Amino acid sequence: MSETLIKPRIEKIPLTDRLTQKLPILLVPLLATAGLVAIGSPSTWLTLTVAGLAMGMMIFIMASGLTVVFGLMDVINFGHGAFVTVGAFIGFSVLSWLAGWTASPSVPLNLSAVVIAILAAMLLTALLGYAFERVIIKPVYGQHLKQILVTMGGLIVAQQMIHVVWGPDEMHLSRPEALQGSFILGEAAIEKYRLLAVGLGLALFLSMRHVLKHTKIGLLVRAGVENGEMVEALGYRISRLFLIVFMTGSALAGLGGVMWGLYQETITAHMGADIMVLVFIVVIIGGLGSIEGCFIGALLVGLLANYTAFLAPKVALISTIGLMVVILMWRPQGLYPVVKAK
Amino acid sequence: MADHLLSLSGLHTHIGPYHILQGVDLAVPEGGVTVLLGRNGAGKTTTLRTIMGHWTASQGEIHFANHNITKLDTPSISRRGIAFVPEDMAIFTDLTVAENMSLAAANGPIDAKRLAWVTDLFPPIGSFWNSSAGTLSGGQKQMLSVARAIIEPRRLILIDEPTKGLAPAIIKAMTDALRELKETDTTILLVEQNFAMASSLGDTVAVMDDGRIVFAGAMSELTGNPTLQEKLMGLSLEVHQ
Repeated sequence: MSETLIKPRIEKIPLTDRLTQKLPILLVPLLATAGLVAIGSPSTWLTLTVAGLAMGMMIFIMASGLTVVFGLMDVINFGHGAFVTVGAFIGFSVLSWLAGWTASPSVPLNLSAVVIAILAAMLLTALLGYAFERVIIKPVYGQHLKQILVTMGGLIVAQQMIHVVWGPDEMHLSRPEALQGSFILGEAAIEKYRLLAVGLGLALFLSMRHVLKHTKIGLLVRAGVENGEMVEALGYRISRLFLIVFMTGSALAGLGGVMWGLYQETITAHMGADIMVLVFIVVIIGGLGSIEGCFIGALLVGLLANYTAFLAPKVALISTIGLMVVILMWRPQGLYPVVKAK
Repeated sequence: MADHLLSLSGLHTHIGPYHILQGVDLAVPEGGVTVLLGRNGAGKTTTLRTIMGHWTASQGEIHFANHNITKLDTPSISRRGIAFVPEDMAIFTDLTVAENMSLAAANGPIDAKRLAWVTDLFPPIGSFWNSSAGTLSGGQKQMLSVARAIIEPRRLILIDEPTKGLAPAIIKAMTDALRELKETDTTILLVEQNFAMASSLGDTVAVMDDGRIVFAGAMSELTGNPTLQEKLMGLSLEVHQ
């Protein structure tokens, strides 16, 4: 074949379009700057910003699994909150059993207890995710209305099972010694636990990006999000891939549950259902199926919720929904719409 | 049946309430190019998609290399050595050309010799190796789609309208590439509206209408008989040449 016959024809994207594509990344610093102007005091702003980032990271941990599950298999899982709750209860139970470690002044013992609690929560929520996918999700592939009904049903069953196993009361647990207290930076107080949440969320985001961009399973997930049928035509069993992704998403929800529970220091059987409102807002803002969009959306929601709670507490309740409305008016498919073949 | 690589017998496919394939009987001999012709809506694409397992046949059987593959799922059919180049090309636009190709090599890393042959066949694959597949032109995407299907040796390649919407120069390049591919003993089942291309490549031909095969034979039988062409398709194919 002659090369001259096939001239490359790559359309040049105008500068304004390229800037518009990058704009979502700039929204987080823009919002932080706007927050600084509105709040005035740099120390208060710093405290609120770290709190907002920590909250955003924890929401991202919970939302990332949900968005990939939707992108890959077109499944709307309203039962995702159940994994958050179960994860939190398992984590708290483990930490209660390890009370001697958490009360000890030894930092390694404190952190070991938290790591064991997180691993136990992730392992058991992954197994629960396996059962949930096989029993509840599998029969309703491709049927959105049934998915909503049946996964809501799954959420209710999970909540009631928590009452059966752990009782109807909420659970309280103090964070281990090492994660209590704050660092003082100038006049700002920055909670240690929030810094841990920011670090963990960032590490998770970077690892997810690495897996998605540089491993075969990541390539398959990205290709599957775009065109699952073609992935099957290349010889890969997408149902197996989906099960792996679903279990990973459930485990991440479990991790998010432990983190959120330790943040609030109180957990209830309906905490997952409550947090799902914010999780869905984040997933919609980011663009269904997009990890990057989900990350930016989570940070925006976390920052805005903290700024408005300080500036205008009455507005705080609706501020995140207002953010979603504004972003959808600007980008109806979310910040980073995922191209899907239909 | 043993003489044919692929054979469909009495194949029926329903899509929702529509009865698309209404008893397709088709035999594809091993080696060479079999062309599937027919007007729009005759059921050509549905035939390919049913072979590939994207649609499930409601009746009839599909045999490939003497095995009944009617009830197999798509990945199993693919792993038996059938590749599919769909009409919409189904390129993963979010991935680079290299990533598209590496996914297509489902049995392990890409064989360097085979890749050299493919990039020789389709030079843009090499030139745009690290570019996002979404930035390729229509012709380059079509080349990537075919290249993906042949990066590993396959016994049968199903290609659905590879020249649709392409410029004449690209059509010629694609025809040359498919001709070279034909020399490798790979069997091709080609759905094509461009009769000039179809007749220059095809060894055997089948014509579909209303979900059935209405003619099957050597390509020379059809090209040498304008009356038959007119009868089969209601329009002399000569006008397309």
